[in-house]
Amino acid sequence: MTTDRSTTTASAAGPAGFTTTWDQGVWCLLATGPWDLDGLASVQAEIKAIAGPGSSPVPATGEPASVRVDLSDVSALDTVGALLLHQMCARMQAAGHRIQVVGVPQHHRGLLDVVWRAAGAPPPPPPPASSWHNDRLVHVGRSLVDRWVKTLQLLAFFGVVCIALGRVLANPRRIRLAPLFYHLDHAGLRALPILGLLAFLIGIVMGYQGIVQLGKVGAEFLVTDLLGIGILREIGSLITAIIVAGRSGSAFTAQIGTMQVTQEVDAMRTMGLDPLELLVIPRLLALIVALPLLTFFANVIALFGGAVMTYVLFDMNFLEFFSGIPGGALDVHDATLGLIKAPLFAFVIAMVGCHEGLQVSGSAESVGLHTTRSVVEAIFLVMVINALVSVIATALGI
Amino acid sequence: MALPHTDVPGAAATDDDAGTAAETVISVRELTTRFGEHVVHCGLDLDVRQGEVLGVVGGSGSGKSVLLKAIVGLLRPAAGRITVLGHDIARATPRQHAALQRRCGVLFQDGALFSSLTVAENVQVPLLEHAVLPPDLVHEVARVKLAMVGLTAEAGRKYPAQLSGGMRKRAGLARALALDPEILFLDEPTAGLDPIAAAAFDELIRYLQQGLGLTVFMVTHDLDSLQAICDRIAVLIGHKVLVGTLTALREHPDPWINAYFHGPRGRAAAVG
Repeated sequence: MTTDRSTTTASAAGPAGFTTTWDQGVWCLLATGPWDLDGLASVQAEIKAIAGPGSSPVPATGEPASVRVDLSDVSALDTVGALLLHQMCARMQAAGHRIQVVGVPQHHRGLLDVVWRAAGAPPPPPPPASSWHNDRLVHVGRSLVDRWVKTLQLLAFFGVVCIALGRVLANPRRIRLAPLFYHLDHAGLRALPILGLLAFLIGIVMGYQGIVQLGKVGAEFLVTDLLGIGILREIGSLITAIIVAGRSGSAFTAQIGTMQVTQEVDAMRTMGLDPLELLVIPRLLALIVALPLLTFFANVIALFGGAVMTYVLFDMNFLEFFSGIPGGALDVHDATLGLIKAPLFAFVIAMVGCHEGLQVSGSAESVGLHTTRSVVEAIFLVMVINALVSVIATALGI
Repeated sequence: MALPHTDVPGAAATDDDAGTAAETVISVRELTTRFGEHVVHCGLDLDVRQGEVLGVVGGSGSGKSVLLKAIVGLLRPAAGRITVLGHDIARATPRQHAALQRRCGVLFQDGALFSSLTVAENVQVPLLEHAVLPPDLVHEVARVKLAMVGLTAEAGRKYPAQLSGGMRKRAGLARALALDPEILFLDEPTAGLDPIAAAAFDELIRYLQQGLGLTVFMVTHDLDSLQAICDRIAVLIGHKVLVGTLTALREHPDPWINAYFHGPRGRAAAVG
């Protein structure tokens, strides 16, 4: 056993490594090269051999041996290197070897001390055992309960907002006029250009398709009825609600959510100011006023778009087009029904937007999450309400 | 000795003593920063030596955080030269700049942890970004870094919003230390902590500074921190900086410095 057996993992001048020699009954591990992030990154395979489970730098003979780890040739050492040395020594110790660390350079002593002390802390407890179907089941159950809780929360918020609204309307002097007009301006007036453009395009598309399709059965003149009923009863209010949900509902959530992150909402509460009254009611009232007006505007522009298309394709002039609408199948109820839905949509959009804003907690990510959720939920609820109103109105014969 | 304020009794002697022994890692020369018309620093000179803890104090609005930002390169000064670890940061190439950033760690006031990542993932970010290591080793390094700052593996699995202010600061420190920096910048590390947590944090900084051989540049308001862990103190006053040991600065005639160290809080810290 006196012959020198040695294996070299890496040369001293190159990247990090160590040389193993057998010397008079003691394994000598001479660590060489830079044992730091850069030095170790280039010897990935060797790292795995050292740090990977089941590997040992000392040949396994089954018998405990003495191992001397010599650090005097290490040219650089950082926490990663120190940690790897620790892992290596801990594994050898677990295998029953006696470890002795020698030749620690004076300037690395503190680092080694700090890292080994920290690494010696108990390893993290394994995550709770779970099986695949268990996980799925838990996930399904949890998300079901979450949805249910969220629905209840929204209902509760609806109630609280109604009470606050009643309180404010009973005493109209408590309506905050400045924020009300601010939101009327931002959610209403400034939505006109984009809403007008989109409504015009929708009118053009509906007019075009209507004339082409109806033309196949020679009923082009019915396009006025198609446009009148389609736009005034359904499309006008729906497209307006969707644009406002995307434009203003999201803005409400982001504004209130950011205030929540910076604890402005909490500050309001401590000062005895009601966030509902200051933040929610002005937005709600502004939308309830603005949305019917916007819907009316969208209706007019969409019909105008349809009229342009009808004029181009069917050579029906504007006067004929617009006088044909009330004279045909269109009932005045259709137009009012479309406008009656608008305040309902406004209520839902503002409520969801503000509710999600107040749900934001702590982080920037939370603001984004709730803003997304606000828009999706608002549009979803608008569609649901639209369907309900449609069914009820038809059943009632309106 | 061109600046009137550098004439601190005792400071000159220590300057010469240590100046020859320790290497200068940060050197600021003739620094001028301004926001529009508002001048923050004017002709400021400052040296930070290898292996020391330098406490930076000054009144609100005196430009402590601005100085820190200028040195770490977050803010371009109007004039002057800042040399960090031998590189002029205004003239450094992008590659040099990146290398320099690896050698500096910054702990922001409230930790500035990424809120969408867990604490452990926050510590892993610089490791994954700058080094190629096997994933399990990265996890292990993150765990050890967290253990170094006194955080458990359970805390590592939480999101920053779920932690207390003190734990967020520790987590921020672990992230700042992720790449084994040579210089550690701390922006009011003990602000918002209770006195016991603040003392523990001071001790932690001292422990890590000595163990890892760090140079610490610490902006602080905490007189106890100054007393406990700072080797030298830089006072920002009148757009300039005045450096000295705590004892030397206590004797300084400037009224603001006098009020700072001899006010009721200063006296309490001196006694304690």
